[in-house]
Amino acid sequence: MKNRKKINPGFLIMVGPVSLWMLLFVLIPFIYIVTISFMKRSTYGGVKLGFTFENLLQVFELSNLKVFGQSVLIAGITTIICILIAYPFAYFIAQKTAITKTVFMALVMVPFMINSLIRLFSWINILRREGIINRILMGSGIISEPLQLVYNIVGVIIGLVYTLLPFMIMPLYSSIEKLDLSLLEACSDLGAKPVTAFLKVTLPLTMPGIFAGFIMTFIPALGLFFVTDLMGGSKILVMGNLIRNQFITAKNWPLGAALSLFLIAITLLIVKLYQKSGGRMDELGGI
Amino acid sequence: MSEPIIKIENVCKAYGNNQVVKNLSMTIEEGEFLTLLGPSGCGKTTTLRMLAGFERPTSGNIYIQNKEIQDTKPYNREINTVFQNYALFPHMTIFENIAFGLTVKKVAKDEITSRVREMLDLVQMTGYETRKPDQLSGGQKQRIAIARALINRPRVLLLDEPLGALDLKLRKQMQFELKDLQRKLGITFVYVTHDQEEALTMSNRIAIMSGGILEQLDTPRVVYETPKTKFVADFVGESNIFYGQVVEKNEDDLKIELENGSVLATNSYVQEKDIIDISVRLENLKLSLNPVEGFSLKGYIKEYVFVGNVHKVIISLLNGKEIKMNQSPKIPVLPENTEVYPYWNKEDAVVILSTGNLVFKAIDAPVYHMEKEVEAYEK
Repeated sequence: MKNRKKINPGFLIMVGPVSLWMLLFVLIPFIYIVTISFMKRSTYGGVKLGFTFENLLQVFELSNLKVFGQSVLIAGITTIICILIAYPFAYFIAQKTAITKTVFMALVMVPFMINSLIRLFSWINILRREGIINRILMGSGIISEPLQLVYNIVGVIIGLVYTLLPFMIMPLYSSIEKLDLSLLEACSDLGAKPVTAFLKVTLPLTMPGIFAGFIMTFIPALGLFFVTDLMGGSKILVMGNLIRNQFITAKNWPLGAALSLFLIAITLLIVKLYQKSGGRMDELGGI
Repeated sequence: MSEPIIKIENVCKAYGNNQVVKNLSMTIEEGEFLTLLGPSGCGKTTTLRMLAGFERPTSGNIYIQNKEIQDTKPYNREINTVFQNYALFPHMTIFENIAFGLTVKKVAKDEITSRVREMLDLVQMTGYETRKPDQLSGGQKQRIAIARALINRPRVLLLDEPLGALDLKLRKQMQFELKDLQRKLGITFVYVTHDQEEALTMSNRIAIMSGGILEQLDTPRVVYETPKTKFVADFVGESNIFYGQVVEKNEDDLKIELENGSVLATNSYVQEKDIIDISVRLENLKLSLNPVEGFSLKGYIKEYVFVGNVHKVIISLLNGKEIKMNQSPKIPVLPENTEVYPYWNKEDAVVILSTGNLVFKAIDAPVYHMEKEVEAYEK
C-alpha cells in the first residue's frame, strides 16, 4: 500500500517498553498457563505433553469448592470492613485543604515502604496471646483469658484488612473528592436532612469509587496466600494457597494452572461487571 | 405597606481576619425582585448564602417574617436556591431532580407527578422528564434548576448569578423570562449578580455592595440617576467622574473648581468649600467647538469607538485625563485632535460629597470599563 502510515519514533519510545513488558511478563506467561492447564502432570513438577480436560474438571472438586467458598467469605468480610473503615476516612480527608490531604494520603502510603511480611510479623506480635492487646485487656481486667486474635480467621481478616485498606482508601478518596459540594448544599436547600442527602446523593455518586475499591480489595484477598499462611497459622486456605500448594507442594502444575485460570476468570467477570456499571478502568489506579 | 419578608440586622461575616460582610442591615419586601449587585468579593454571595443557611453570620440577626433564622438549618427554611453552577443531581433524571424537594418530604406520588408536570410547564421544559442533566444545554439546565427550586413553593427564591454561564443573547432572553416568572408567581426573588445591566433590567430594587458594605439600596432608576456614592456612580452604568471643590454656591447652583478647569452643577445639600465628586453619565456629556459659559474644560478628540448603537467618543483633557461620551453615530465624526470644550446641563451632573482629601490625580476615570464593553460587543 502506498499510503501506509509511518510509525512515529517518539510513539515507539513511549509505548515500546510498556508493550515489551506486558508481552514478556503478562501475555507469554498467560499463554504458558493456559497451555499447561490442558497437559498432564509429571511426577516431580513440570508437565508431560498431552491434551486433557481433566485438570479443568478437577478445579470443581468438592474440596476445592469449599476453599473457594471460604475464600469468597473471607474476601467479602475483608472488603466490607475495608469499606466501613475507608469511607469515613476518605470522606473526612476529602474535605480538608490541599496540604492536609497530601499529608494524610502520604500517611496512608508510608507503610508500603516496609516489606509487608515484616509488617505482618509485627501484627502477630501485637495480636498473639502474650501480645500487647491481650496484655492491656487482661491488665485492665476486661478479660480473664487471652483472646485468640491470630492463627485463626480473625487473624487472617485483620491481616487482609490491614494489607488491603490503602487500596480501598485510594479509589474512594478520588471519587469522594470529585463530589461537587454544591450538590450537598442543594440537597439541604431542598429540605433533605444530612442522612437523606448522604443516601440519595453522596452514596450513589461515590458508588464507582466503592466498586473500584471492591475490585482492588476483593480480588487480591482471594489470592494473598502469605497473609493466610502467617496470620492463619496455615489452617486457613484461600484460592491463592490452593494454587501455590499445587505448584510447590503437590507438584501438580497443570492443576495449579487450571486453578489460576479459574481465578483469572472470576477477576475478569468482576471487572466486566464494573465496566458495565459505568466504572472507568483508570479509576482503579487510585488517585 | 406590609411587613418585610426578610430583615437583615447588623449582620457581619468574617472568615478569620477577613471581614466579608460588614454590619449589613436591610429589609426585603414581600414579592419584590431585589438584586444584590457588586464586583466579585463584595460580599453579595456570602449574604445570599447566609439567607440560604449555608453560612452563619458572625454577628447580627436575620429574620424571615419576624422569625429569627440565623441558626435554622437550610433544610428547615422556607427558602430555596438556584445555584450558580445549577447543582443538578447528575445521577437523577430531570423528573427526579425536580421532584427531589417533594420526595424528601414524602409527598404522595400522584401529587409529585402533577406538581413536577406543572413546574416543567412553567419553565417550558415539558417532555424532558427522562433525560439526564448532562444531556441538556446550559439554558435548559438553568430552567430545570429554577423548576427544582420552585417546586417547594418557597417564600423566597435565592438566585446566585444564575445566568453567569450563558451566552449574551440567551442571558438577555432569560432575564425577561425570570422577571416574568417572578411577576407571575409573586414570590420574593433575591438575585445576586455582578452585571449591572442585568440588575437594572430585572430588579424592583438594587442593593449595591462593595467591600462588604451596602453602598446604596434603591430602585434601578434612582441608583442610576442619583448614585449616592462614587462607587455606585462608577459601577452602575458608565460615568465620567471628576474630583473637585465647591467654590461658589448660589441657591442650589454650584460653581466647582476641578483640577483642570471649572464647571457647573446643581445640588442642595453640599456647602461652599466642600470636596466633592461629580458624576456625569456618558449620554449627558456634550461637546462644543467653542467655550461654553461656566465651563472651562478643554480637550482634544482622541478616538471614536463604534459600539453598535452609539459612538463612544474619547476626549483627552489638557492634563491627560480621558473622558468619554456617547454620541449618535449619525452625528458626523470630528477629526482626531480637534479642540473641543466638554460641558453638560448643570442638572445632569450628580454631586457626591467626597470622603477623600483634595489631591488631584492625573488620571482617575478608569478607561477599562469601555474596553470591557467593546469586548462584549465584539463577542
